[in-house]
Amino acid sequence: MISATHYLTLAAILFAIGTVGVITRRNVITMFMCVELMLNAVNLTFITFSRFLDQIDGQIFVLFVMTVAAAEAAVGLALIVVLSRHTGTLDVDQANTMKW
Amino acid sequence: MTLIVFYGLAATAVTAAILVVLMSRVVYSALALIVCFGATAGLFFQLGAQFIAAVQVIVYAGAIMVLFLFVIMLLDPASEVFLPSRLKRVPGFALACAVLFTLVLLEAADRWAAAQVFTDSIAGTERSSGPGGEIETLAHSLFRDYLLPFEVTSILILVAVLGAVVLTRQHHETE
Amino acid sequence: MVLEHFWILILFPLVGAAMNGILGRRFPHPVIAWLSCSTVALSFLVALLSFYNFIRLPEDQRILTHHLFTWIQSGNFISEFSFLLDPLSMVMILVVTGVGFLIHIYSLGYMAGQSGYYRYFAYLNLFIFMMSVLVLADNYLLMFVGWEGVGLCSYLLIGYSFEKRTAGDAAKKAFILNRIGDVGFLIGVFLIFRTFESVQYLTVFQAVSEQFAVMGTEFGVLGAITLLLFIGATGKSAQIPLYVWLPDAMEGPTPVSALIHAATMVTAGVYMIARSAPLYSRAPETLFIIAVVGISTALLAALIATVQRDIKKVLAYSTISQLGYMFLAMGVGAFGAGVFHLLTHAFFKALLFLGSGSVIMALHHEQDLFKMGGLRKYLPVTFYTMWMGALAIAGVPLFSGFFSKDAILWKTFAAGNEALWLMGVVVAGLTAFYVSRLMFLTFHGGERSEKHHQGAPDPSPKEPSWSVTLPLIILAGFSLLAGYIGLPSYLGNNRLERFLAPSFRFQYSGQAASAMEHAHLTEVILTLVTLAVAFFGLALSYHFYIKDPQVAVRLANRFSWLYSLLRKKFLVDEIYDWLLVGPVQRLSRTILWKGMDVRVIDGLVHGTASLMQAWSHRVKRIQSGYARLYATWILGGALLILFYYYWISP
Repeated sequence: MISATHYLTLAAILFAIGTVGVITRRNVITMFMCVELMLNAVNLTFITFSRFLDQIDGQIFVLFVMTVAAAEAAVGLALIVVLSRHTGTLDVDQANTMKW
Repeated sequence: MTLIVFYGLAATAVTAAILVVLMSRVVYSALALIVCFGATAGLFFQLGAQFIAAVQVIVYAGAIMVLFLFVIMLLDPASEVFLPSRLKRVPGFALACAVLFTLVLLEAADRWAAAQVFTDSIAGTERSSGPGGEIETLAHSLFRDYLLPFEVTSILILVAVLGAVVLTRQHHETE
Repeated sequence: MVLEHFWILILFPLVGAAMNGILGRRFPHPVIAWLSCSTVALSFLVALLSFYNFIRLPEDQRILTHHLFTWIQSGNFISEFSFLLDPLSMVMILVVTGVGFLIHIYSLGYMAGQSGYYRYFAYLNLFIFMMSVLVLADNYLLMFVGWEGVGLCSYLLIGYSFEKRTAGDAAKKAFILNRIGDVGFLIGVFLIFRTFESVQYLTVFQAVSEQFAVMGTEFGVLGAITLLLFIGATGKSAQIPLYVWLPDAMEGPTPVSALIHAATMVTAGVYMIARSAPLYSRAPETLFIIAVVGISTALLAALIATVQRDIKKVLAYSTISQLGYMFLAMGVGAFGAGVFHLLTHAFFKALLFLGSGSVIMALHHEQDLFKMGGLRKYLPVTFYTMWMGALAIAGVPLFSGFFSKDAILWKTFAAGNEALWLMGVVVAGLTAFYVSRLMFLTFHGGERSEKHHQGAPDPSPKEPSWSVTLPLIILAGFSLLAGYIGLPSYLGNNRLERFLAPSFRFQYSGQAASAMEHAHLTEVILTLVTLAVAFFGLALSYHFYIKDPQVAVRLANRFSWLYSLLRKKFLVDEIYDWLLVGPVQRLSRTILWKGMDVRVIDGLVHGTASLMQAWSHRVKRIQSGYARLYATWILGGALLILFYYYWISP
């Protein structure tokens, strides 16, 4: 039988992979995509709980998460465009002026 | 049967996710991500959230990832040459953290399960509590209890659109 | 009735000091002077009126107290701000306000035109206030307030011309030596409280007379208390070993020397012992120490005074010597006689100092005796009045000093201390010698003043104004007449002793009244001996300085070692320097300054700063600018929080 634990485990793994990706990759677009991956894992968790706690609120939340993710994607990609114009590269390590 | 579907989708999702992280070319990563989203949609389906599954495919895989691909094309990362970075040990550290993270989350999941809050295990039947099924329940909740966040979200989207336009505007010098 | 409100007399000088001190810089000189003189005059007036009413009271009612407010209340320690008027404090307050007033008048002329005029008068008023508090207090703690206050005013006034290095040093020396004595005083007061659970005079004296009704034989707590209080007195009243500040204190203006270092502040120690007679009369060992210290100081100071060149220094050592007499009196239990001498000394010593001030003024601040001479015809008033003071201090009959000094010497002998009496007689002879030497060198003989010889544009010395000469005349009158309140028993009634008796009523009366008390013949014979010695001193001085000046010079050369030892004040200052001051300074410099202050404290402060700097230098590297690193830190932090929630928190 498939229980909630299976789904939660899967979501956890996906989240972890997303995190590693965000930290490891240097291309800023790839970083962003890994963030979307993490959001996706969270959505999975929400849906799981909605199903297994017999409440619809989890799905509502997922709806909102997706909406916000869309908005965030739009603005974020706009920022990436501006950043790449400014630094001339997509390497996030070149944008290192936010320091002491 | 359900088990096979689950494990199949799960494997697909995880593999796709790993490919997203490991692929060296951005376009390949994007495509892998789309596959991952698709697998996830399937999982949603299996969990009885058909509407959400559809929305996932339409919005996430269909709109957001397309936007990503547009930007990738715009910025032409193929010609990128990355100079060596000064952060050497970050990947290892991140990997270690991620593993630990997962373990913690698993522990959390175990505790949840042990507390027996979950009603039952999935048996493959659809959930429906009325003639309209899941969508109706969703709509009832969304347009009554969560009306305000719903409206606010629309404003949020408006702001995002405006923001995207304003940010990427190029300022031309007047002669 | 003025008597009920006797205590307000202390407020007038306080107001004067405050106004002159705070606003005086903008006042014109006449206003300053008028203000401060009138406050003291008012105080004196109140004192006089109180006295007038006081003597109308029957003897057993001559104790008045006034409670102003409760100052400290802590556990069972209560200290009041309250005042006591009894015969002893009545005498003292009259002296303080009266002589104080005269000296204020004198200062008008003496300090005219000086810069910092307002400061001088403000401090002088403040001094009168503090001294009044001292003598009118009804408990040891309030007395100590006045005690410290007069020490402060002494410091301020000695260092009046603080631009001069010597003045500042002298002021510091005075204050520090006072302080050393005060440590003893305070410990004594603590012991008093511990033993009697109060510091009020009347309470303590009552308790003493009950608890110590029979004289103990060993050196007990009373001995300790009295000795400690006496240590304070040696500081304040310039006895061995803490007298060395008084000669240096002559750096201050002459009126200050007259008021503070002759008539009032230095007598505070004598007053304190007289006040504590109930305690002292029951501590024979301490009394003996006091008598010995007193007469030794008297002898030492008199010897030094015989060869000093500075007119004020002679008078300073003379003061120390006369104070020694007073302590001798205390030491043999003759408290009344000691107070008597205090009274007469206030008059003639103040007179001598003020007279010397007049001379100094006339000669434009020349103070060397060997540069004076023949001033008799230029300063007649000063001449005659000073001679009256000189005769008084020398103990010439009819003058006040004769009666008071004789009372002390007689009481000393009558108590069985023949050796001390003999030393006292020697000191009387020396006193006559040095004071007449001073007079001869200043007023008689040829004119040795340099300015005069050079035919300077300045004409011959002139007698100063009325504000200077009037107090001289008044004080001369008192120097002559004050003796008659204390006539010896073979000549009549000792009014002063009778008047003061209620103040000493708790005194131990167990000692068998000496049969000697009534041996009038012995007393007369001893008086004649003293007189003979005094006249011998006068005659010797006449011979040395008028008849045949070369004798003195030849003697000085013959005994040059003795002469220079005396000139150098027995090297006491140098010994103190080598023994105490030097090591303390070295200790302070090397250990306390360089070691503690620089290394430890500065090190701590700088060290903290540089530690912070080094640390932050390292910690700030976290903000590397690499976004991925920031993300890593966030991940790590989230992990920690999760750890906490799932494994540590219940």
